[in-house]
Amino acid sequence: MKQVILFVAVVILTASGAGLAEPLQLEGSTTVGPIADAFAEYFKSIYPELDITVKKTGSGDGAAALVDGRCDIANMSRFMKEKEFKQAVDKGIFPVAHVVAMDGVCVVVHPSNPVKELTTTQVREIYMGKITNWSQVGGADMPIVVISRDTSSGTYETFHNLVMAKKDMAPAVEYVNSNPQAHARVKTTTGAIGYVGLGFVDRNVRALKIDDVEPTKRTIAGGTYPVARPLYMFTNGYPKLGSLTHKFCTFYLTEKGQELVETKGFVPLTNY
Amino acid sequence: MNGTKLILTRGQATGLNRPLALTPGQDLKGYVASLLGRAVLFLITCTSVLAVLLIFFFVCREALPFLSKISLSEFLINTEWYPEADNARFGALALIAGSVYVTIAALVFSVPVGILSAVFLSDIVSFRIRAFVKPVIELLAAIPSVAYGFFAVLVLAPWMQNKFGFSTGTNALNASLILAVMALPTIVSVAEDSISALGPELREASYSLGATRFETIFRVVIPAAHSGIIAAIILGMMRAVGETMVVWMASGNAAQIPRPWWDISQSVRTITATIAGEMGETPKETPHYWALFALGVLLLILTFSLNVVSEFFLSRAKRALGKQ
Repeated sequence: MKQVILFVAVVILTASGAGLAEPLQLEGSTTVGPIADAFAEYFKSIYPELDITVKKTGSGDGAAALVDGRCDIANMSRFMKEKEFKQAVDKGIFPVAHVVAMDGVCVVVHPSNPVKELTTTQVREIYMGKITNWSQVGGADMPIVVISRDTSSGTYETFHNLVMAKKDMAPAVEYVNSNPQAHARVKTTTGAIGYVGLGFVDRNVRALKIDDVEPTKRTIAGGTYPVARPLYMFTNGYPKLGSLTHKFCTFYLTEKGQELVETKGFVPLTNY
Repeated sequence: MNGTKLILTRGQATGLNRPLALTPGQDLKGYVASLLGRAVLFLITCTSVLAVLLIFFFVCREALPFLSKISLSEFLINTEWYPEADNARFGALALIAGSVYVTIAALVFSVPVGILSAVFLSDIVSFRIRAFVKPVIELLAAIPSVAYGFFAVLVLAPWMQNKFGFSTGTNALNASLILAVMALPTIVSVAEDSISALGPELREASYSLGATRFETIFRVVIPAAHSGIIAAIILGMMRAVGETMVVWMASGNAAQIPRPWWDISQSVRTITATIAGEMGETPKETPHYWALFALGVLLLILTFSLNVVSEFFLSRAKRALGKQ
């Protein structure tokens, strides 16, 4: 199966032939960065002579780089702001968005916790330190151990924007530096609440329903789960068909591309 | 040996009266080679000195803009660390307190254990066992800190929750227990060296005055070796202050001062963990970036002064030994 995928990918990539020599510059979001990195690595494993650089500086920097013509693809974890669009159009650059994946963050608790669902407001108040005991949200009388990802992670950024509405977390919130570690802490702590990418949910932790929606690939890709956002690659106009840029920002449509998106903990855009 | 004896003077026998170096006129090549060798060795030695100076220079340079933006008193007194918020606050007191908490608690565990093990190894146990035990203790220093960290998160944290009913297992106590184990090899090794360097005369004199072994150890040996022991403690302390990976994984990283203050079953966050955790993704030339360097300066000042103090005690220990 792998070989077939590889073969298909080789054929697709070979077809693009001519445009391969020019370097491809990507800049922007630290969240989309890993996806772009994985794509770039795969492209290079087939065509070692390709020159693809992925800079992870932040969505704002990505937009600025596209406007200045410093990059071919701007990776962004949010849509372009009105101001950025105006600047781009003034300079004769017409940003086109390609949604390459969905980023869904699951709020998880210990499997023994009787609480099965929370509202976004409740989760926010837990992280703000206003709710400190599970009994306040219909659980057992047990202090809540609040676990967050480190502030430099993309998962934190998503959570901070969509759940916290950019409000400060309480000082008592604990920070861990990876999805597996967040998973391990929730798995071993009965009173814990944490959040991880959908790819890290298994039977050792329980993902809560948020605002009455179960986090699944379908609800995240379909947009009904509230703690999810699309991840973008922006190009200047729709890229020339068959060019390397075109191949790159449509690679998420291939089976291999979807597999890579999933290994990075994101949800591929499919409808099956 | 029945013939005439060939008598050599000491100098002749060892060849010591050969000139050590020829004058440049006699051996130009050798002279140049030795000069070059010296120069190269000097440069190599300089790199580490230069590295220290450059680190000081760059850390201070990156931290300076911060001091012009935020007042030093706010940095040192405020406990709110929200560097990424819209109204960013850079109060480092909770982080400083976190470092102090885990370091002191680690010392509380490791100093008695370390010094008693050192005494046991130097004065009580047989040489054969000591030759086996000391390398094993020193092996603790060879375990990578990330391995300690995993142990802290996956074994120690759940154990503390189940055993003591702590709501969270990654806390100041967890981090300081692990740090204590990590500081042990340093403390044991340096303290044992200084205790056994005292030599048998002191102990024999004490025994001859009728002191018991207990009295000899606690009234004579430990006081006599106190400079070396203090140096050992400070070196262990530096290990605990500067350690990053373990505290980042084991302490919970909550930027708060425990309430009540003695409750080390709560999460804390240290200076080192903050720098390590936030540096990676912080955009350059922002207040947050400078603030992290300001924390670095704080840490440098702390370890540098500890280092100076330990050097002072180590040289005193050496001088005390020289007098005997």
